[in-house]
Amino acid sequence: MKSPKFDATILTLGFAFLYIPIVILVVYSFNASRLVTVWGGFSLQWYRTMWSNAGLMDAAWVTARVGVISATTGTVLGTLAALSLVRFQKFPGRMLFSGMIYAPLVMPEVITGLSMLLLFVAMGIDRGFWTVIIAHTTFTMCYVAIVVQSRLLTFDRSLEEAALDLGCPPVKTFFKITLPLIFPAVIAGWMLAFTLSLDDLVIASFNTGPGATTLPIKIYSQVRLGVTPEINAICTILIGLVTIGVIIASIGTKRAEIRRIRDEHVAARGTT
Amino acid sequence: MANVSEPLKSLHTNPARWLVVAVPYLWLLLFFAAPFLIIFKISLSDTAIAMPPYTPLFQGFGALGDFVSNLDFENYLFLTDDPLYINAYLSSLRIAVISTFLLLLIGYPMALAMARAPTSLRPTLVMLVILPFWTSFLIRVYAWIGILKPDGLLTLFLQTIGIMGPDDQVQIFRTDYAVFIGIVYSYLPFMVLPLYSALEKMDNTLLEAASDLGCPPWKAFWKITFPLSLPGVIAGSMICFIPITGEFVIPDLLGGADTLMIGKTLWTEFFGNRDWPLASAVAVILLLALVIPIVIFQNQQKKVA
Repeated sequence: MKSPKFDATILTLGFAFLYIPIVILVVYSFNASRLVTVWGGFSLQWYRTMWSNAGLMDAAWVTARVGVISATTGTVLGTLAALSLVRFQKFPGRMLFSGMIYAPLVMPEVITGLSMLLLFVAMGIDRGFWTVIIAHTTFTMCYVAIVVQSRLLTFDRSLEEAALDLGCPPVKTFFKITLPLIFPAVIAGWMLAFTLSLDDLVIASFNTGPGATTLPIKIYSQVRLGVTPEINAICTILIGLVTIGVIIASIGTKRAEIRRIRDEHVAARGTT
Repeated sequence: MANVSEPLKSLHTNPARWLVVAVPYLWLLLFFAAPFLIIFKISLSDTAIAMPPYTPLFQGFGALGDFVSNLDFENYLFLTDDPLYINAYLSSLRIAVISTFLLLLIGYPMALAMARAPTSLRPTLVMLVILPFWTSFLIRVYAWIGILKPDGLLTLFLQTIGIMGPDDQVQIFRTDYAVFIGIVYSYLPFMVLPLYSALEKMDNTLLEAASDLGCPPWKAFWKITFPLSLPGVIAGSMICFIPITGEFVIPDLLGGADTLMIGKTLWTEFFGNRDWPLASAVAVILLLALVIPIVIFQNQQKKVA
């Protein structure tokens, strides 16, 4: 059981399984041939046809706007929810509240999507751009709440207490001390919320209306018609954007971590 | 948190505190909890050819009597009458159970290998597991179509290495096997991460003590490692099992006409047949089936938090 060779084999096979399909998808977006199994040489023609496809570009623009707005509102609400869960151990209906935070994480999307749609219809709201944003805000805020909550739980409160002891008002303490300290988690939460919104097909399909076709809805309708290199091209661009985002974020958090460790060293030397 | 300082207590009487709780609370009550009451209500109404396509049930408090007398369980009776729905329901549960088991079978060795890797390597390995999760779900499922279809890359690969004759083709696409592959592929990070976080925290001195006392490694695994990782096993299984049961995209894109899953049935009733009350009834029944796993999941989460 404890053989390093055995472990390395398992990890290699596991990661191969996770990455080979994505690599194949990216490679075939540069294929000159329309057929999936025939390699016709390197070509960027699918990127060109994709670029001139107005419907696709409209959908990409709608998706970007939905993603930015819903990730931002979701991050604000999710951070408040995380603060409520960690800082206030007792308030009426806390059980229900934490239940409503955890349930959307595992709830099948068809249920969330359908139930929200029925709410909008009952309220007489026309479906479209804003209903998708409300729907996305609702499920992304729960993911943000979980990410921020885990940061708040490992958080040293002595700085906060010092500020309050020195007479800093609570709201100011939050913006001057708490928020900067949990900021990496808030940013991570925003990015997660943005990607989830970018990715969502099912909930958006239920809650969208005329003029608010998002990219996943568009891709899905084309995928049903068959595999085309043009879809591979869009997917490659999306994968590229997400990879760059994740790399930048991980470099950012690593830098912040190094700075924090260095500050702690300086502080430790100062006290001894 | 035992010695809360005086100024912090003032925070507890501060009106800002109530705002912090009230804003996300009210949002979730309105957009997450209230819709479930509506879905339950509509599942009890009749289909109508109108927009919205169901007969309104509740019109003011004056009509409360009508409301009660109009309620019926017709949609639910219809669901139990037609074997299609019961089969879709059972088939979803079967696919979810088998997939969760497969995920454990593949995810556990991976998580264990990650937890035993050198400490310096672990953050990179975790990153490698998370990265595919950041790529679109739809894209990852789509990637498998090109591989699995009869004239796809798997056939080409098997023909090239000579396992298959030039006229043979892989018959996996549009079957349940393709659905299992798609599910295992998409949900693997969700299974590996909770398992890894449970295994990583494990105290290695226990295993050393066991081996010092002459316990063979496989026995030490079943007596020590596995029982200690059970919280991770439960968390990972629930995180996968619950959404898989209601999965729509994977059975729709990779499954065949005979692949029955309740999420797909709900989608067809809603978008295809425009039968909103029936779709709502399907959703309510799916939700009832998932209440127990969801409660287990939440208790697990609270223990972790």
